[in-house]
Amino acid sequence: MAQEFPELLNMRAVRIGIDESFNWVVEHWSETLEEIFLPVVHLLRAIEDFLLWMPWYVVIAIIAAMGFAATRNVWIALGLGLMTFLMGFFGLWEPGMKTIALMLTATLLAVIVGIPMGILMSRSDRVERITLPVLDIMQTMPIFVYLIPFVMLFGPGKIPALLATIVFAVPPVIRLTNLGIRHVDREVVEAFTAFGATRRQLLFGVQVPLAMPTIMAGINQTTMMALSMVVIASMIGAGGLGYQVLQGIQRLEISRGLLAGLAIVFLAVIFDRIAQAYGKRMQQHLHLGH
Amino acid sequence: MTEPKTGRETKIGIESVYKIFGPDPASVLDRVKAGTGKQELLEETGHTIGIRDVSLDVGAGEIFVVMGLSGSGKSTLIRHINRLIEPTDGRILVDGEDVLQLDPDALRHLRRFKMSMVFQRFALLPHKTVLENVKSGLQIRDEGRGGGLPKGGAVGRLAGRLGLAGSGSSDIRDRAQAQVDMVGLQGFENQYPNQLSGGMQQRVGLARALATDAEVLLMDEAFSALDPLIRNDMQDQLMQIQNSLNRTIVFITHDLDEALRIGDHIAILRDGELRQVGPPEEILMAPADDYVSRFVKDVNRGRVITVGSIADEYPTVALGEAGFADALARLDASERSTVYVCDGAGRPVGAITAEMARNGQDLTGPIDGDAKLAPVQTVSGAAVIEDMLPLAMKSEVPVAVLDGQGALIGGVPRRTVLAALVRRTE
Repeated sequence: MAQEFPELLNMRAVRIGIDESFNWVVEHWSETLEEIFLPVVHLLRAIEDFLLWMPWYVVIAIIAAMGFAATRNVWIALGLGLMTFLMGFFGLWEPGMKTIALMLTATLLAVIVGIPMGILMSRSDRVERITLPVLDIMQTMPIFVYLIPFVMLFGPGKIPALLATIVFAVPPVIRLTNLGIRHVDREVVEAFTAFGATRRQLLFGVQVPLAMPTIMAGINQTTMMALSMVVIASMIGAGGLGYQVLQGIQRLEISRGLLAGLAIVFLAVIFDRIAQAYGKRMQQHLHLGH
Repeated sequence: MTEPKTGRETKIGIESVYKIFGPDPASVLDRVKAGTGKQELLEETGHTIGIRDVSLDVGAGEIFVVMGLSGSGKSTLIRHINRLIEPTDGRILVDGEDVLQLDPDALRHLRRFKMSMVFQRFALLPHKTVLENVKSGLQIRDEGRGGGLPKGGAVGRLAGRLGLAGSGSSDIRDRAQAQVDMVGLQGFENQYPNQLSGGMQQRVGLARALATDAEVLLMDEAFSALDPLIRNDMQDQLMQIQNSLNRTIVFITHDLDEALRIGDHIAILRDGELRQVGPPEEILMAPADDYVSRFVKDVNRGRVITVGSIADEYPTVALGEAGFADALARLDASERSTVYVCDGAGRPVGAITAEMARNGQDLTGPIDGDAKLAPVQTVSGAAVIEDMLPLAMKSEVPVAVLDGQGALIGGVPRRTVLAALVRRTE
């Protein structure tokens, strides 16, 4: 017979305790929190509405143009335009735009939160020591675990989907902002200190600009993670392409899942190409022959 | 290179500075002061000595070179002057004011207006153009005046004195452009640092430092990363600029040739301790200890030692006033074999030698022209002896050494030149 692990503590009671205290938070705070995050929902709706308001060919043209601006390569630009076209061709235009909107909003908010946190972390070893393990936990925790508290607080819908996506996607941008700033050439920082720069002047005049390629890499990773989370978030009512995948599973329709999956791959390629090309150009500008 | 100045005015005074690295430097300071060795201290307390009891006087308007090999503490020392590194003990005076007592605002002001710095790896902003990089030092203080610093008081007055009070961006641009021209980078204003060679990048670094009009220029191995030829050019350029701007320059190097070439005074550091300080000739001719003499052994002395520093005093007589008899009497009274005849302005017109007397030449009557005199070759006291070598070899009488106005300051016989060239301290 298998050895049982001795029950040192009544874990059931502990779990009940955790659940109940969270229930208390839900009961008393969910409305306030919902109000706090209302602007975020408005932002998401606005982006979504805008993308759906634009004629499909304009969206395709914009994506192709951005691709060209970033890569200066006509074929890549055309390829990206074609992928966008195919998304509509598959009959997934509306969920596709919703997914883009969710991803853009989540990335934007993750960057707004993540870069200052990364900066804070880069300026204090103590903050770094505390933050790093937290980020590790955030990145290893199974994605679904995030869904539970957010759904409890807000009920299924866009807010929990968005917040779960942000929490999941924010670590790379924090990490790489911190790393980028810490790895800025020490002599340049020293030079500007020697010229009498304040800490603020150093930060915005030297450290952030020189760390930009690394920060861009962080933003790129955050975008990709937001995209991967979007599929999961559809389970709690985010809609979009992920919902199509979910329906494919529920109805056992392989075609639905396959097409939606392909559309997600297209989105990933589009965003990755554009972001990476921007990052590379920035890097060239900063580091050649350094 | 000029004659060592006497009675020079101290610009930067470094007084018994100690720097100890480790968890609690203050706790071991007494032991270091008592003379505990580097190794012993490291083993027993885990502290490293960076600088031990260094005192230096940097004169206003001179190039003061601090020389040492890696690990000698020279880069640490220079960073004490603008407090990029805080000393463990000691005082650092700039214009008589103790830099270590400055609060953050005053320190920032010092760094913005009084000192600037040039770095070994150039330390330029890679995403800014040449002109923008040169402007950056000026912009830092412009922003600061709008922000944290008080408008009135010392800051405002100094800003006014420098003609900076309302300096707009076009003013900054003009000043930056002037520096770019000065270091010879016109036409490259809109290039990025990574498009330039190392030498040109360092010119940008130099222009950036000069642009702030700081009285003190700190140069940390500024030319060490450059190719030898470029390094020579940069040294020339630095000395040229120094001739017109007359800043106080503290220059760090590990290259003794460089130190001897540009330094008015040289301090030699080893293991954080000062081994010798003095003008280049003194370092060469009278090394204080074995360490220094090992260093100077392989130096090309001919290119370093100035004629003025080896010139001996010679007796003189005045043209048109003295007679040959006076000259011969002078000759007998001195240990020299030559007496120079000088005109009213002190310029040598000829010489009378003991040999002439021995040869039975007619040496009577007044000296009223150079007809009967031996011809004299002249050389400037500021020249290095390599330059006078051919002169010394063909001249029978000692070469006359002149000051800047052409007046005689002494003479250099051939054997003195040779002795100065070959002298080795064993």
